[in-house]
Amino acid sequence: MEQRTFPGLGERMEHQMLENGLDIFVFPKPGFQKCFAFFAAHYGGMDTRFCLDGQWIDSPAGVAHFLEHKMFDTEQGNALQDLAENGASPNAFTGNSITGYYFESTQHFEENLRTLLSFVSIPWFTQESVDKEQGIIGQEIGMIEDDPDWVVFMNLMKELYAHHPVRASVAGTVESISHITAQTLYTCHKAFYAPSNMVLCVAGDVDAQRVCSIAGEILPKQPGSIAQRDYGAKEPPRAVGDYVEAEMEVSAPLFQLGFKGEEELRGPKGQRQEMLGDLACEMLLGNSTPLYAELYQKGLINQSFSYGYESDPGCAFLMAGGESPDPKAVRQAVLEEARRLAREGLDEALWQQVKKGVYGIKVQGLNSFEHLCINQAQDFFRGCDYLDFAALFDQITREEVQNLLQGWVTQERCSLSVVRPRKEGGQ
Amino acid sequence: MNDTKRMQLRPGVWLRWVQTEKFKSSFLSLNLMAPLKEETAAANALLPSVLRRGSVGHPDMQRITAALDNLYGGMIEPVVRKKGETQCVGFVTSFLDDAFTPDRSKTLEPMAALLGELLLHPVLERGVFSAEYVTGELENLQSRIAAQINDKRRYAMQRLAAVMCEGEAFGVDRLGSAESAAAITPEGLWRRYRELLCECEIELFYCGSAPLERVCQALNCALKDLPEGNDRTQPDCEVRLHAPREPRLAEEAMNVTQGKLAMGFRTGGVTVWEQEYPALLMLNAIFGGTTMSKLFMNVREKLSLCYYASSMLEKMKGLLMVSSGIEFEKYRQARDEILRQLEAVRQGEIEPGELEGARRIVISALMTTLDAQDQMEEFWLGQAAAGLDTGIDWLARQLEAVTKEQVVKVAHSMELDTIYFLKGQEG
Repeated sequence: MEQRTFPGLGERMEHQMLENGLDIFVFPKPGFQKCFAFFAAHYGGMDTRFCLDGQWIDSPAGVAHFLEHKMFDTEQGNALQDLAENGASPNAFTGNSITGYYFESTQHFEENLRTLLSFVSIPWFTQESVDKEQGIIGQEIGMIEDDPDWVVFMNLMKELYAHHPVRASVAGTVESISHITAQTLYTCHKAFYAPSNMVLCVAGDVDAQRVCSIAGEILPKQPGSIAQRDYGAKEPPRAVGDYVEAEMEVSAPLFQLGFKGEEELRGPKGQRQEMLGDLACEMLLGNSTPLYAELYQKGLINQSFSYGYESDPGCAFLMAGGESPDPKAVRQAVLEEARRLAREGLDEALWQQVKKGVYGIKVQGLNSFEHLCINQAQDFFRGCDYLDFAALFDQITREEVQNLLQGWVTQERCSLSVVRPRKEGGQ
Repeated sequence: MNDTKRMQLRPGVWLRWVQTEKFKSSFLSLNLMAPLKEETAAANALLPSVLRRGSVGHPDMQRITAALDNLYGGMIEPVVRKKGETQCVGFVTSFLDDAFTPDRSKTLEPMAALLGELLLHPVLERGVFSAEYVTGELENLQSRIAAQINDKRRYAMQRLAAVMCEGEAFGVDRLGSAESAAAITPEGLWRRYRELLCECEIELFYCGSAPLERVCQALNCALKDLPEGNDRTQPDCEVRLHAPREPRLAEEAMNVTQGKLAMGFRTGGVTVWEQEYPALLMLNAIFGGTTMSKLFMNVREKLSLCYYASSMLEKMKGLLMVSSGIEFEKYRQARDEILRQLEAVRQGEIEPGELEGARRIVISALMTTLDAQDQMEEFWLGQAAAGLDTGIDWLARQLEAVTKEQVVKVAHSMELDTIYFLKGQEG
C-alpha cells in the first residue's frame, strides 16, 4: 500500500494496484458519518468505435449510457434496490469518456461496497429488459431535448467541432438506441469493463486494507484486455461555424460562448492545462474582472453567468454562458477584452488576488467526497493525481495564462450558441 | 462529534453555533425571518441582492469580489428561502477555514465584518438605496420570476402550491409575484429594509473550527450598528386540517414533449410539531420519497407510467406533494396508480423490507446532514423557523421507534386537495 500525504490540504491518500490491474485509491476521513465509493470505467459516450479481439466495431450512439442504466440489473433482481434497502444512496452517470457508479452510505459500508463491485463487474442483460429500457431512456432523451441548457450546449459543440464525438449527445437519440440489443451491451461490457480499465476511489472513515481485500475477493482475477478506440481524425484549430440559434420556450435568450482550444494533454501536463484554462477564464471574464463588472452593469449578463474549462480526450475548450438580452454584444466585448489583454498584459495585482481566490475554492471543494473521488478517477484516467493541484498551483505563472488566452481566445476559434424565446405561442 | 449550542446575542438575535474541524471551510449565515405575504415578498426577496451590490466600505461588486478573493475564495450569497410561512432572507457565506490558509491568516473576523457591513451600511443616494442598484437587481429578480417556467418539473410543483394554497400565505412564492415586483421603488424598498431590520428576528448560524466566544465576539462586533428592535417577532404558520370535499383541478397547456402531473395532499394536521411527525416522514419515504418507494418501484419501474415519480413533505404547513413526469395520454392511468399506491399503504401493504429500508434511508439522510455545512445550516434554519430546538440525533432516535401501524394510521389522514397537470398544446 502506497501512502501519500498532502499536509497543506490536511489530506491523505492510500493507493494500491491489485493483481488484476485495478487501481484503488482511499481517502481516510475520520469523524465523518458517511462513506463514499466511486467505481468507474474509462468508457463513455465518445467511445462508439472500437477494436475488440481484432475486429473494429461501430456501436450505436448512446450505448455507454444505456449500459449504465442496465448494469443495475442482476440475476437476482436490481442492485439499485439492494443498495437502497441497505440505506445507501446509489447513483451513476455517463460522461463523454467515463462511466461512474457510486453510493454514499452511513452504515453497512462493506456490504454496499460488495454490492457495487459485483453488479458493475457481472453483466446480466435480457432482451426483454433491454426493450423496456428503450422506453425509459426514450423518455429521458425527450426530457433533455426539452431542456434549453442542454440544447444551447449541444448546439455549441456542433458549431465548434467538425467531427469529434463530443458533438453527439451522450444519451444518443431515440433512433440510435433502438439498435441496441442485449448482445451489444455484452460486447461493450467486455470491451471496457475489465479491471485494468477501471478505478475505485473511496472516501470515508474506512480501512484502506479492507477495501482492497474486498475488491480482490469480488472482482475477476484477470486484468482483461482494453479495447482500442477511434475518435476520428485530428480536429482543425478553427471553429466550424461562428453562430447558431434555436427557438424554445424560454423567458430570456440563453447563450453559450465557446473557444476551441488545443487538444487535451495527458498526465500532469493535462492537470496544468486545466488550471491554466480555469485561471484564463478568471482573468478574462471572471467575477473579479473589469469585463465582468461592465457586462453585469450593462445588464448583458446576470447571476446565471458561469464559465470554465472543459476537456475530453482529443479536445479542450473554454466556455462562458448564461442569460443575456444580447449575446452577440457579450461575444464582442469578450473578444475585445482578449485583444486588450494580449496588448497590455495581465494586471499583476488582479493575478495575485485571483490566484488566492481560485486556490481557496479548490481546497474548499475537498469538503465533498463526491468531488474528490470523481476528480481523482478522472485525473487517474488521464495519468495524474488530483491532490497534486496544490503543489502545481504554486508554479503557475502569469505568462503561461496570458499565452493560453492569446492562443485560444480569438475570432477564428470562437462560436456562439443561442436559444431564443419562441416568437409565437409563448407565455 | 459536533458540539452545538444556541444562544441569544441580544433580544431577537439568535446564534446557532456548531464547532467541528471536519471541514476545509467555515460557514456563516444571517437570516431575517419575515412573515410571507403577497405585498412584501418580492421586496424582501430583492433586498439581499441589492445589499450585495455594495457597501460604504466596498461600494461595488469588484471591490467585494476582491475582498472575497483575498479571503481565499470566500463566497457571500444573497438567499431567499421559504420555511413554512416564513420568508427567510439574508446571506450565506463560506470561506477557507483559518486552519488551511497558506499564510495562516484569520478569515472569520474579516468575513463577519464584511457580512455586517453589507447588511447595515449599504451605498446610499439621497438617503435611500442607489437607484442603479435597485433597478439592476429588480430586473434580475423579474427575470428570475419569469424564468421559473423554464424548469417544468419545479414549475409544476410551484403551480401546485399556488393553486392548492390560494388565499393562504403559503401560496405566495418565495420570490413574490411579477405584479408586486413591478411596484418596487428605491424609496419603498428602503422603508421595507428599515422595517425588516427592526421588526424581524434574526437567525445567525456558524459552523467551523472557532470556539463559541470567538464567534460571538466577531458577530457582536460586526452587528454593533444593528437597530435596537425590542419586539422582534417570529412569524406563525397556518395549518389547514382538511382538503376540500372535491379535489381542485388545474390544467395548463404548453409546448413541451413531456407532461407533468403534480398532486397535493393535506396531512390532516400532522406537522413537525406533532408526535406523529416521525411516522409522517416514514410514510413519505415508503410512498414516494426514495428510489425504493412505491411510486418509484411501481409507477415508474414496473408499469413504466412515468419517467419520474416522487413525493416530498412541507413539514410546517402539513402538505404531501407528488411530482411526476408522464406522457400526456397517460394522465388518468398515472393519477389513478399514484392514488392506488397511497391506498396500498393505508391497507397496510408494507413489506418488512420496505419499512426497514425506508427507515435506513431517512436516518442515513439525516445523519449525513452532519457531514455538510450547508445542510446543517438548512436544518437548523428550519428548526429555528419552527421554534424547535431538537437536533438531528433526537429525530433519528424517534425514527428508530416508528411502527408499521403508526405509518398506516398517518396514511389515513392524507386528503387529496389539488391536482395540477401540465400538458402539451393541441396534438
